[in-house]
This record gives sequence, C-alpha cells and structure tokens, in this order.
Amino acid sequence: MEKRVVITGVGLYSCIGNGKDEVLDSLRNGKSGIIYDEPRKEFGYRSCLTGMVDEPNLKPFLSRRERIGMHQPAMYAYMSTKEALEQAKLDVDFLNDNETGIIFGNDSTAGAVIETVDKVRERKDTTLIGSGDIFQNMNCTVNMSLSTIYKLKGINITLSAACASGSHSIGMGYLLIKQGLQERVVCGGAQEINMYAMASFDGLGTFSVLEDQPSKASRPFDASRDGLVPSGGAATIIIESLESALKRGAPILGEVIGYGFSSNGEHISNPNFDGQYRSLNMAMKQANVKADIIDYVNAHATSTPVGDSMEAQAIYSVLGGNVPVSSTKSMTGHECWMAGASEVAYSLLMMQNDFVAPNINFETPDEDSAKINIVPEMKEQKIDCFLSNSFGFGGTNSSLIIKKFVK
Amino acid sequence: MNREEIISTTKRFLSEEFEVDENTILPENNLQKTLDLDSLDYVDLVVVIEENLGFKPTADDFKSIDSFDDFYDLVEQKLARLA
Repeated sequence: MEKRVVITGVGLYSCIGNGKDEVLDSLRNGKSGIIYDEPRKEFGYRSCLTGMVDEPNLKPFLSRRERIGMHQPAMYAYMSTKEALEQAKLDVDFLNDNETGIIFGNDSTAGAVIETVDKVRERKDTTLIGSGDIFQNMNCTVNMSLSTIYKLKGINITLSAACASGSHSIGMGYLLIKQGLQERVVCGGAQEINMYAMASFDGLGTFSVLEDQPSKASRPFDASRDGLVPSGGAATIIIESLESALKRGAPILGEVIGYGFSSNGEHISNPNFDGQYRSLNMAMKQANVKADIIDYVNAHATSTPVGDSMEAQAIYSVLGGNVPVSSTKSMTGHECWMAGASEVAYSLLMMQNDFVAPNINFETPDEDSAKINIVPEMKEQKIDCFLSNSFGFGGTNSSLIIKKFVK
Repeated sequence: MNREEIISTTKRFLSEEFEVDENTILPENNLQKTLDLDSLDYVDLVVVIEENLGFKPTADDFKSIDSFDDFYDLVEQKLARLA
C-alpha cells in the first residue's frame, strides 16, 4: 500500500530572510532581496544585480573537520537544514538510530573550484591545496557534509537538474517514501552566490540591466521585463511518511500529493510550452485533483521575456485564468538550484498564514500574462492546496502539488 | 630560529589551524592525539608547516614523530638544512 507523504520541517537561508520568521515578514510586505554588487562590474559582468546572503559563521556549531569541506552551497544548506530539523524535532541521536535519507539539489561549485585552481597555479604543488577543497569542489558537497554531520544512513544522492534541482529533490524523496523505501528524507536545494558562478550566465545577456533600481529589476510576467536576476542561498524541506510523523509527534506542515515531471527534448536553453504543460498535467493527474482544487500557483517565472510567456500559457491551459498566481522570484531573484525547494517553503508559509505573497513589479500585463490571475499585491486568502513549478536549462521540468494535511 | 622560537611559533600556528588550546601543546604530549589528527589532517599539517616554516615534510618524516619534542627535533633539523 502506498504511503502518504507529509512535510514536517522547513528551513530557509534566503536573500529575503535568514530563517522562516524573517522570510515570512518579507513575503507579506513584498520586500526585495536584490542588490547591486559593484565588484561584478570590474570583473566584466553586464549586470551586477544579484540576491545576496552572508556567508554564515559556522564555528559555533561545527568542528574544524566538519567545516573544512564546506564552501557556500554546503554552508548555506547547513543553515537551512539546521532550522528544518529543529522544526521537525529531529536530532543527531535520532537520525543516527533511524534510517533517514538525503536528496539535495545542487548544480555547481564554481567558486570553490576556482579558488582551488588558483592555489595550485600560485604554488605549483597539489599537496599544498589542503584537505578540504576536494569536498568543496564536488557537486555533491552538500550531501557529503550534511550526511556526515547529521549521521544520515538512508538514500544519499545529489540531484542536479539545473533550476529544477530543488523541486525534483522533493519529488524524488516523495516517490521513495510513497513506495515505502524510505521513512524520511532531507530534501532541498542550495545555490552559491559569487561572481564566478554566474559569469557565463550573465554572458548570455539573460540578466536584467535595471541596475539603478535593484528592487524593480525582477519583474516576472510584467510587459517591461528585461531578464532575470541571479540569486541564491538554501532551502530545506523535511518529508516523511505520515506514520513516522504521527509516531514522532512531529508538526505536519502539509502533504505532498502530486509530482509531475518532463523533459522538453528540444533546445538546451529555450523554454517550451509542451514540456511545461506535460509536467503540470502529470502532477494534476497524479494528485488526482481538478483545477478548481488549486488555490495558488507559485510560478517558476523568472522575469525573462519568453519563459514567463510560455508558463502563463501552460498555467492557463491546465488551470484556467482564475487561480491566483505569483512568482516570488520578483522578490528573491532566481535562486536557481535552490529555487524549487525555497518556493515550496515560501508557499508553505503562505498556506500556514492565509495569504498570497505578491508578484511585486507586476504593473502591466502582456498578451499571455493578461490571461492568468497574477497577484500584484499581498492578498489575504486561505490556501488549502498549491502548485509549485520549476523549469530548468536542458528542458527539465518539475511540478509539485501540496495540500494542507487533513487526517 | 632557536628551539624556544620554534616552540612558540609552532604552538601559535598549530593551535590556530587545529583549533586546540595552546596550553595542551606540551613537549611530552603526543602530537597526533593532542591535535586530534586523522589521515586528512596530516595534509593540512604539511600545508601549515610549509606556510609558516618554509619546508614541506614528507610522510616518512611523520613516522618518527610521537611527541611534540620529536616534532621540534624535526623542525630544527629541517631548518638547519635550509640554512
């Protein structure tokens, strides 16, 4: 018999807040986390806009050996995972004795790799790199650090699926628990923030150049949008079987009821209506829900001209034009590998607190966005069920449906 | 660098790198246990020695080191050769 899968912990380390309380305040008030990062201009960036988080000081929490293999993705993910595990009432002793998996989304370690290569170039001796860099350089850096720190003994894999990594990580964890192969899985996504990581993306001319108005630059669905704003941080979502959550007396924040996925099988960067449409439809079919059950859609919409139009068309085709839609990327920028997980976390906060966060900077609709119900200002409303989209380079698509838990 | 200077210099960078109390670094104490070194940490030990003293010990050099006193002997010999 298939198991029900519930969410028992959420953690955020985001440019709109360190921890859920700060993030909730930002979501309610439409606060942007976008800044102008001057050093990027000298480095050769076309646009210096970015979401920004501080590198956390982990010395009070972790030993030297635990810290030495961590660069930004793992540092950020430690902060979000610490918060999520605390909420889920899970500690190291329990995790050591009760099999728990980790599927974390991450798709780059550019900053760490470049720092390592620079050391070798300077010193011309690989021994002098030190022992931590290899663990910072590998794409599974978050998994390696968190699984050893928290004594996780179940599935242990990194999920790399471009800007849908975080979303697929929840989807894959959901499938494993649903089938009874795992009791609980630490899911999430991490995204480094440094100028090395995003230089080649900037080079494609994809980023907004509204540099004199950072908080206005990310404007998903607006007719005047001119590109996305890169961002990062980490988000963690703890999912587990309903039986496990009830047995432990853990808080139940929501239930995952649908996961749709697809691949466009076409252009490496251009979005595609058909792929998005299939992902949305698959999630709806799997969740066995009709369109009128969805109270809110957290759109992938990144503020790029073509991508947002395709998604507006896909949402309209599958869900019609009434369901409230917002893209929290209007505040956070595009959190890339982290986005699929953070946007589920943002939506859970909305569901728990009865509001839809605004799609800030949505002032003028275009032909496609006019057909759907985009929420430009914070709206008080109950959310019993929401859908979260994530789409990535290479044509990887993921849609998750999550509802309030009812026994 | 005389022995006293070697002791004070190495105490400073070893306690900083391996995050141990300087007062636990005593000549008769075991180096590996005091600094809580695993196999990976020896790589970092080489790095901090090279950065602070200008020579790179080999794996064989560490085989004869038990106490900090042994370590100071090694440093003395290596620095003498460099001079």
